[in-house]
Amino acid sequence: MSLSKLKKQSPADIAFNIFLAIFMILLVIITLYPIVNTIAISFNDGTDTLRGGIYLWPRVPTLYNYETIFKTTNLDQAFLVSVARTVIASVLNVFFTSMVAYTLTKRDYVFGKAITLIYVLTMYINAGLIPGYLLNKALGLTNNFWVYIIPGLVSAFDLIIVRTYMKSIPGSLMESAEIDGAGEFTIFIKIMLPLTAPVLATIALFCAVNQWNSWFDTFIYNGSNKNLTTLQYELMKALSTAMNQSGSTQHVANTEAAANQVTPVSIRAAITMVAAVPILCVYPFLQKYFVQGMTLGSVKE
Amino acid sequence: MQLKTKKKAAVSLNKKTFWQRCCEQKVLILMSVPLVLLKILFAYVPLVGWSMAFQNYKPAKGLFDQQWVGLDKFKFLFSDNVFLHDIRNTLAMSVINLVLGFVTAIILAILLNELKNMFFKRSIQTISYMPHFLSWIIVVGIVQNVLSTDSGIVNDLLLRFGIINSPVNFLGEPKYFWGIVGAANVWKEVGWNTIIYLASMSSIDPSLYEAAAVDGAGRFSKMIHVTLPAIKGTIVILLIMNIGHILDAGFEVQYLLGSGPVQDVSETIDIFVLKYGMQMNDYSLGTAAGIFKSVISIILVFSANWLSGKLGEERLI
Repeated sequence: MSLSKLKKQSPADIAFNIFLAIFMILLVIITLYPIVNTIAISFNDGTDTLRGGIYLWPRVPTLYNYETIFKTTNLDQAFLVSVARTVIASVLNVFFTSMVAYTLTKRDYVFGKAITLIYVLTMYINAGLIPGYLLNKALGLTNNFWVYIIPGLVSAFDLIIVRTYMKSIPGSLMESAEIDGAGEFTIFIKIMLPLTAPVLATIALFCAVNQWNSWFDTFIYNGSNKNLTTLQYELMKALSTAMNQSGSTQHVANTEAAANQVTPVSIRAAITMVAAVPILCVYPFLQKYFVQGMTLGSVKE
Repeated sequence: MQLKTKKKAAVSLNKKTFWQRCCEQKVLILMSVPLVLLKILFAYVPLVGWSMAFQNYKPAKGLFDQQWVGLDKFKFLFSDNVFLHDIRNTLAMSVINLVLGFVTAIILAILLNELKNMFFKRSIQTISYMPHFLSWIIVVGIVQNVLSTDSGIVNDLLLRFGIINSPVNFLGEPKYFWGIVGAANVWKEVGWNTIIYLASMSSIDPSLYEAAAVDGAGRFSKMIHVTLPAIKGTIVILLIMNIGHILDAGFEVQYLLGSGPVQDVSETIDIFVLKYGMQMNDYSLGTAAGIFKSVISIILVFSANWLSGKLGEERLI
């Protein structure tokens, strides 16, 4: 077998393998370089950056950019709010989604079909931004932390994934608990929840990433409230400031005159990293749950 | 005949009344119905607001005390050059994203499938999935950084190889905008989009490759004649699903990257809704534009679903 394999290594095969290796290395460079470059800029002196030529590491290393953003912006509060919404939404979503999904695994449940239909249709019917905004406003959800959590509670996509997973669990465990006199809620908490842990981890992670990355709800509902700002929203504001100011040579001359100053470009890089680092740190360890969720979801779709 | 009546009797014996079953299942009802009501509140009640599109909505008055104007808002929309441009931009960017996204993900998946060293393959996958988890804001920050005129790597390389003589302000030129959005999408999503293809490739029978090798097929023709046909079904399903979202060209990247000079090509329908509806407080016009988008999307989703059934693939709904 190995001999025949060796024989098959024709020059064309070798050339192909080399091409493959080069292609993959290029892919890695294109993926990682922009991130590494942003890190380098975030640790480099702001005015020095504008001279160009920063690639993989800072030329004039400084922590000044980070010090400035933590001093001048509302970043620590934003960080707290971002963490709070991520944690609270993930926990509530996992619990409520699995609870509804559990009732849908009961074949004789009177409202089973109606509930499934109500959720599935929400994947296709979207009332749009303005009616949604007016509703939230009428409900008192503007200038309110809960606007991050409540309107999106229990998504149809998560519900279908969890229900599909629950249906694959053999019913005998549940039945024996029922014979022992356990109620539906007890069975759900004590038996179903632990058994569905892998898929719950998946939807918790999807929810957490969504929550961490969203800024539009802050922008629309809580933009004027400093206490409810989020990290991504602060980054978005920094981004639009940088956008309006960078690119003109006159500006470069101005900032060069004032030494040791931050520039919109370096501020942008620093905030980008503050928002990206938590995800970059946890992602490699949780990758398998994300991939599992994708494949589970696509089975149903 | 007799059998039938017997069966009926048996069924009615087993069949408890609706209320009896509700009483029996009160725990299940308590576990699900409150959350369903919440969903109805946030997903369906706002549909009442669609009536604003047929009114001259003034926030001071109630929703039903408004002046009704029929289809005037829609007539205005379709005579408005800005809105027509927004439809064009939305469709153009969607199609570019769709085509680029599919082609790049399929090519990458096929090439990843050719990697025999598992450690190398896993590492490449981990790295290529990563940008998917960065928010659009972060990605836009990175795009601005890469394309910047003073220190961006793209201008740097182009200058170094003598392709251009002076830095190009890519983000300020309308002709580059759609391409930049497409490229940013590919950068962010190409790795992630390979997951489903790789999953369906893992179920290919290895004997197919051996048979192809016996027939004298090289690596390249195996990819074309074995791997590609094996994922054809997946490609068709994903393509059909995505056609339903053709008006969702994205909103964040265009909103964040689209500055003054490129506005004519960057604005999408979603941005139109935001601008007229939220920032200029013309709720009626914004809602009308939103309805246009929703209705077209629903029609597309259901036709795609029908088409999927016609082609003998699994239906989505």
